[in-house]
Amino acid sequence: MRFGSQAWIWLNAAAVGLCLCTLTGLLLLIAVRGLGHFWPADLQLYAYLDDAGATRRVLGELIETETVSRRQHRESGTALDLVPGDGPLQRLVIKTGNRRLDPPDFAHIFEHRIESVSAPPDAVVLERVEWGNAHGEVLAVNGAAHGNGDRLWQAFKQRMEAAHRVRETIKALAGTTLEAAEEERRRRLHRQLDANSFTLRLANGRLAEVPFGDVLRAWRPNRMNLAEKLGHYVETFWLFLSQPPREANAEGGVFPAILGTVTMVLLMSVLVTPLGVAAAIYLHEYARPGVFVRLIRIAVNNLAGVPSIIYGVFGLGFFVYLMGDAVDQTLFRDSLPAPTFGAPGLLWASLTLALLTLPVVVVSTEEGLSRIPKTLREGSLALGATQAETLFRLVLPAASPSVLTGLILAVARAAGEVAPLMLVGVVKLAPNLPVDGEFPYLHLERKFMHLGFHIFDLGFQSPNVAATRPLVYATALLLVAVIVTLNLTAILLRNRLAWKFRQLS
Amino acid sequence: MLQTPIADAAQICLRVRGLTVAYAEEPALQGISLDIPRHQVTAFIGPSGCGKTTLLRSFNRMNELIEDARTEGVIELEGCNIFQAGVDPAQLRRQVGMVFQRPNPFPKSIYDNVAYGLRIQSSSSRAANLDQEVESALRRAALWDEVADRLDAPALTLSGGQQQRLVIARAIAVKPAVLLLDEPASALDPISTLKIEQLIHQLKSNYTIIIVTHNMQQAARVSDFTAFLNAGRLVEYGPAEAVFTNPKERQTEDYITGRRG
Ligand SMILES: Nc1ncnc2c1ncn2[C@@H]1O[C@H](COP(=O)(O)OP(=O)(O)O)[C@@H](O)[C@H]1O
Ligand SMILES: [Mg+2]
Repeated sequence: MRFGSQAWIWLNAAAVGLCLCTLTGLLLLIAVRGLGHFWPADLQLYAYLDDAGATRRVLGELIETETVSRRQHRESGTALDLVPGDGPLQRLVIKTGNRRLDPPDFAHIFEHRIESVSAPPDAVVLERVEWGNAHGEVLAVNGAAHGNGDRLWQAFKQRMEAAHRVRETIKALAGTTLEAAEEERRRRLHRQLDANSFTLRLANGRLAEVPFGDVLRAWRPNRMNLAEKLGHYVETFWLFLSQPPREANAEGGVFPAILGTVTMVLLMSVLVTPLGVAAAIYLHEYARPGVFVRLIRIAVNNLAGVPSIIYGVFGLGFFVYLMGDAVDQTLFRDSLPAPTFGAPGLLWASLTLALLTLPVVVVSTEEGLSRIPKTLREGSLALGATQAETLFRLVLPAASPSVLTGLILAVARAAGEVAPLMLVGVVKLAPNLPVDGEFPYLHLERKFMHLGFHIFDLGFQSPNVAATRPLVYATALLLVAVIVTLNLTAILLRNRLAWKFRQLS
Repeated sequence: MLQTPIADAAQICLRVRGLTVAYAEEPALQGISLDIPRHQVTAFIGPSGCGKTTLLRSFNRMNELIEDARTEGVIELEGCNIFQAGVDPAQLRRQVGMVFQRPNPFPKSIYDNVAYGLRIQSSSSRAANLDQEVESALRRAALWDEVADRLDAPALTLSGGQQQRLVIARAIAVKPAVLLLDEPASALDPISTLKIEQLIHQLKSNYTIIIVTHNMQQAARVSDFTAFLNAGRLVEYGPAEAVFTNPKERQTEDYITGRRG
């Protein structure tokens, strides 16, 4: 049996190793794909022969090199220029941007057809308000060439900053009342934005006149050194974290989704903890053990196995339609028939997830309660404490690490749930944040955005799936980071409590 | 059979009459009647399982916490039946403090352990001089000098003997009239045991003390009166000296000379 047990140990170790590898692999993949997106990669100018044999030029960044077998190549019907030999062909995927100016977004170029590659130092990347990035070279600002390279770039930068200031002013105006004078001022500012423009030369030689109002940021990656690139990277990443999305979520940041996820999870924690603890106290401390309690326990444990979408359906039917309507009837009569709480929203989403995670909190709390020795309770009772006093002053504090353990599990589950949320409050694009500076600060009735749903939306619902794919990874990474942060907070709290109430016996 | 070594009825603190306790119809105590004198140390001795703990826990109605325990009979504390309808067990337990066989400090700081009972009685007037009350209780339990500089340390960092004295301090902090000690030294080393015995000596001027012990020497050393129980019945009860040097009952003699139990 010696060999047998040895092999068994190795098998176990291998299983653990596999788990670890999968986990690291997963995180690495997400991290590399997601974080790489924000790097200001160099722009290359590729000259190549197209299928018709004409020379074409594209300016863009290399995304990846694909291997295409000859058979595939032949079957696709473009097999007129086979290179000698019969190995597979290499094909470069170049992100050219320039949607609307020079479609398509991506160029696929066979390596053997490339005539030349260069890195034009003045190549510029423009982050546009609409239609994604554009690549090209700035030729003139407001029609004037301003001499050569740097002078022109300075003039360009100045105009960009001016446009930025105007945009900020417009944004500040957005919140205020729409009186006629204000409206007039806004229209004037918009005109001002559109009045200035610059001339962009695309890789194919075409010229385009672009208003400064259409461009958010511009940079010349081929002229940046490592430090500048790092600075740019951090700035881009920060904008991704702190800005709302633009353009049907395909551009801009994910701030509303982060805020929505965190708010929802925190609210869920606030709701599930008292509920779960109360239920556990009843089951463990007050209910007489018997068939009834056993049935409840079985039911609670099985709740954890119900598919989460069922909770969503329940939340929609019970919370949103039933309770929401009741709340509207009693508290928000004035605004009927427009629903206030009678529609999906933050509160109902949090309640639905609280219900979903209730079993873990109940089970974990019960476990904690049962771990408090009887001698401790008797010690408290012998001092003249009532059962309730014993519970609140001694048992619950000592069981609090277990409560938090339950909460940690609940948070981990809740932060990752998407399916039920789509029914009870999460939307693709929320007009308002669930938390803002407007009384009452936390808006329980609002719909909100969620990182999990955002991933789905970016990956499958966006008008340009290939262009948003890196954002899918970046958002996934953020979701993982948010869950880890929330969990770490809870774990730290639990460890502090556990240390405080540590039992030597 | 009523046994009372106390002539003066005014000296009686606890009066037990016809006390019968059964666990799930299995009697653990049968028809116990005895009087416990005020501000004296009374010891219960007897073989394991004879019902000493059960009797002790009857005085502060702790047996009620056991699901299937049934109690009959009367216990009067200063003339009032503690089983009477209007008596609040929590109130009673403030009058009759208890220290358990194994030290059971709460997972809180030393200070919070002693203050626990006081805080439950709460009333703001007490909270004001909580510090004083805690210090005084720790001093009376002969623990102050050892813990004065680390009142905020977890109680569970104390040694076993210190923990037991802490638990005594916790009990006397709420100023009970009676102190029940269930084999308080059984889990302790000889030095700690000695300290506890000295403590009992000091405390008896202010408290009526009932101590359960299986250690005959200890009973002889600390008690003024001794009761010998066997198989749920009170066999003999009298002044400690009389019980130990000149037992009336054959069973008692066998037990204290080590021929039984
Ligand atoms: N909680 C309980 N449930 C059932 N029987 C018990 C319980 N506690 C004690 N007993 C029984 O009552 C009798 C007296 O026990 P106890 O008072 O603890 O004796 P002692 O303290 O003298 O050792 C024993 O036979 C014991 O088995
Ligand atoms: Mg005992």
